[in-house]
This record gives sequence, C-alpha cells and structure tokens, in this order.
Amino acid sequence: MTFFIVSIIKSAVVAFVLLTALAYLQWAERKVLAHIQLRVGPRRVGPHGLLQPLADVIKLITKEDMMPSHVDKFFWFLAPFIAVLFALIPIAVIPFGTELNLPAMDLGPLHIPAIQTAMQLTDINIGVLFILGISGLGVYGVALAGWSSNNKYSLLGGLRSSAQMISYELPMALAIAAPLLVLNTLSFRGIVDGQSGFMLGFLPKWTIFQVFPFNLISFILFMIAAFAETNRVPFDLPEAENELVAGFHTEYGSMKFAAFFMAEYCNMVTVSCVATLLFLGGWHPPFPAEYGSNYVPSLVLVGAGILSFLHGANPARPFDRITLPVFGVVFFGLAVLIAIPAVALPLMPIIWFSAKACFILFVYIWVRGTLPRFRYDQLMSFAWTFMFPIAIVNLFLTGLWVALS
Amino acid sequence: MDALLFMIFAAIAVVCGINLVVQTHPISSALSLVGVMGALAALYLLLGGEFIAAAQLVVYAGAIMVLFIFVIMLLNAGTEARGRRSWAHYAGVPLLLLLFGLIACLITRRMPASENVVFGQFTKGGPLDIGRALFTTYLLPFEVTSVLILVAILGAIVLARKEID
Repeated sequence: MTFFIVSIIKSAVVAFVLLTALAYLQWAERKVLAHIQLRVGPRRVGPHGLLQPLADVIKLITKEDMMPSHVDKFFWFLAPFIAVLFALIPIAVIPFGTELNLPAMDLGPLHIPAIQTAMQLTDINIGVLFILGISGLGVYGVALAGWSSNNKYSLLGGLRSSAQMISYELPMALAIAAPLLVLNTLSFRGIVDGQSGFMLGFLPKWTIFQVFPFNLISFILFMIAAFAETNRVPFDLPEAENELVAGFHTEYGSMKFAAFFMAEYCNMVTVSCVATLLFLGGWHPPFPAEYGSNYVPSLVLVGAGILSFLHGANPARPFDRITLPVFGVVFFGLAVLIAIPAVALPLMPIIWFSAKACFILFVYIWVRGTLPRFRYDQLMSFAWTFMFPIAIVNLFLTGLWVALS
Repeated sequence: MDALLFMIFAAIAVVCGINLVVQTHPISSALSLVGVMGALAALYLLLGGEFIAAAQLVVYAGAIMVLFIFVIMLLNAGTEARGRRSWAHYAGVPLLLLLFGLIACLITRRMPASENVVFGQFTKGGPLDIGRALFTTYLLPFEVTSVLILVAILGAIVLARKEID
C-alpha cells in the first residue's frame, strides 16, 4: 500500500515538474535565441517574460479547434496523441538522483512510516533498450500526421521525418552501445553507479573520460544523432518552413499543434537526460566533495545574485530597477538554503543531474541559433556514409580495448 | 494480477489481429499490426523475456513497421477493392475455428500438465543470458542467420538496381 501511494506521489511530482520544465524550456529557448540574435526576447508578460509560457498555454487552449475538411479524421486525431504519448513515457525509467530516505513521521492521527525510495519512477533491467524502443515508436505520430493531413507539404514532411528517424536510429544505437560495453549493464541506475569515483584523485570516472578517446567520439556521434532524432536544427527538415510551409503539422492548430510542440521539447529533455546518464556521469559531481563540489551551486547562485544587483543599480530599462534586485534577493536566499548541509545532501545529486541536462539543452538552443539547415541528400549521405562507418569502427575499437584490458 | 494482465494484452493482440484482416485501408491494417506487436512485447515481458520484449519493440514495431508505413505512404495506396463474395468468404471463419481447435487439442494432448506456464518462473530472459546463449551455445545458427540476412540484402539490391547499358 505504501509503495502504491509513494508511486502515485512520485508520478505526480515528475509529471508536474516535467510539464512545467517543458513550458519554461520554450521560454528559455526564446530568450537565448533572442540574445544570440541581439534582441531582448519576450518581456511583456510578467517580469522578463516569465509568465509568457502561461500566456501561450492560455492562447493555445482557447483557440478555435479547426478541422480541415479533407483530412482522414481518425488518424488525424490519433497522430498528436501518439506523438505526446511516446514522448512522455521514456521519462518513467530515467533516474534523477540517488535514494531518498524519509524518517517515520506522526502527524496527529496520520502515521507515516519511514520511506526509502529511489528518485526515479521505475528502474528496469532493460532501461536503455526501453527508451530506444519507445522513442522509436514516436515516429508514427509524425508519419501519420503527415499522411492523414492529405496535403503534399505535410506528406513530404512526414516521409522525410520517417526516413530521417530510421536512418539516424542506427548510428545512435551504435553510439550508445560503446559506453555500454564499458559499463556492462542496461539499467540506468547501474550505469550511473558504474561511473562513480575518480581517477588519479580528481578526474571523474564518467564514461566520456574512460577509454579515451573512443567514448568521447561516441558522445559526439550520439549528440548528432540525437539532434536528428528530435528533428531539431540543423536536421529540422520535416518542418523546413521555407520548403514545406510547416511540414507535418501544417494542418494542425490550437492544442493539437501544441501536442506536437510538447512532444518535440519532451524528446529533447529525454535525450538530454539519457546523454547525461550514459556519458556525463549522471548525478556524480565533476570533482570530489573534499575539494568542495557541494558549494558550487551556492557560489553560482551568489554570483547570479551579485550580477542581478549590479545590473539593477544601472538598469537598461526603468522597470529593471525593481525586478532585478528582487531576483538578486531570491538568488541569495536559495544560495544560503543550499549551503545548509541537511538540505544540500539530498538535493545535491538532483542539482548536478539537472545542471548537466540543462547544459545539453542549452547546447540544443545554441546550435539552433548558430547553424543553418542541411539539404536533404546531405542529411542522408551524412548518416550513412559518414556517421555509420565511424560508429562501427568506434564500437569495434572500444570492444577491442575492453577485451584487452 | 499477472493472469489479468495476460488476459488484457492477449485480448488487445487478438482484437488488433482481427482488425488487421477486416480493415480495407492498408494504413489501418499496418497500424493494427503495430498494435499486435506492442501487445506481443507486453506478453513477452510478462513471461520474463525482457530482452525479447525490447527487441520486439525496437526492431518490429519501431523499424520494420515504420518502413511498411513509409512504403504505403510513398505509393499512396488507396482502399482495397472488395470483389464479389466467393465461397472462400463464407468458408474462412469455420475453417479457421477448426484449425485453432485442432492446434488447441494437440497442445492439450501432448503437453503434460506439469509443464504449464507459471508467471515469474522464467528469469533468464535478460540481455546477459540471451547474449551468453547467442554467442556460446547458439553461435553457429546465429552467424548463419546473419549471413542469410546479408544474402537477402544483396538480393534486394540486385533486384532494385536499374539496368545500366
């Protein structure tokens, strides 16, 4: 019974945090892109546009739900559901941190027993394969949307996307296989546990630093394939707007469009988490706790607070004189809170994990602001004639290394 | 609990299988087949075949069926034209029931009661055990199968290649 209730609470927390993160990921993307292009980005709704995601959601919900007359109705309705479903499921097997130990509590008539639970919805033996399988099913959403829209742009977008996703799944799977040879398990918890500790006292035993340089190559191959799998720039050919209007979601509006949008961002989050777990050591800090890795988040927050106060003192816009010092105070408060050991110890793994995942998400946005789009034949020949051979040779050499050592 | 889950997924597999035959549109049929494969993966998981379940999802549902749908979309195949109902149309269902009855009868006759499937009894379905079995006990069949697939790929390339004169 306790297990049941704890599972429900964990699912609720994960779902809430994930959906909020998705909304704010979009805000972050607009802000970062704007600053890359020397604009200011959204800042009308709320301080610095912080309520923009809420406004977007309200706008999308209240829009009229258009139904084009020429579509195949059943599959047209089904496609966004499939896309969101298979984007959300993989989160269930991703571990966010070590174990959570809550002591037994007595709240009046309510007695809560001591709870020991992993910061993860479920740990399965075949976690990596599960994610590969489920995210492979996500292509049906895009392909069906393109086909059922009964529109040449959508159809071309759907066809491109299915071909692209099948092609890039191969180098992706091969790139994942190389670190698995070193770590010897398919369970995500086992994978992260295999990366704990330090070499020579300071270099973390993350996968990218082991079997140098083969796993580093795997990491780069994995990230390239991940960009293609999530249909992001420079591989966003399914929705190349100057060729295909909006690709497979041309005919979709309101919440159905939002569903595809959400699926894309959710896939990005999943891929970032997988990259963090497989290659970047999951929740293990980049240097040992003896050298003070537990104080890094506090220091970063203090820095952010000081920066906010400095900018608040000579503001670029009049409104910033009020908002930036408020942010500064919030940052300082968080810094003090995290510096308390009792709070810090259970939170530290989650902080490191989300810091690494957020860095990869930032790289996603950064690349979007920097690189132009591939041409379609370049995309295909890149996958088959460049990435695939390199991935195979890399896997072979990693295997040789593991076999010899 | 296991028996209930088995019933649910078996029902899904059977309904999707029937739907696969009944539907006239190729895309509907192909998607029903995906449903059958998903349900089969869940059944494998119930029986303890973790690796087989994941492989079923990755290979069949995730790759092969996507290629099927890709081809259907590319050819833009329309709905199937149903011709005049022949005697086969009416004899099909009774013959099918007869076949299933025969199979069920044979299985219950031949299999001793002690060999019934018990959920959770089989635990050697993980990637480790499958890999060890494939690369030690069944190494020769495994390699021969890979050569067979290679031959099939070569055949496909030869058939698809344009004649260059």
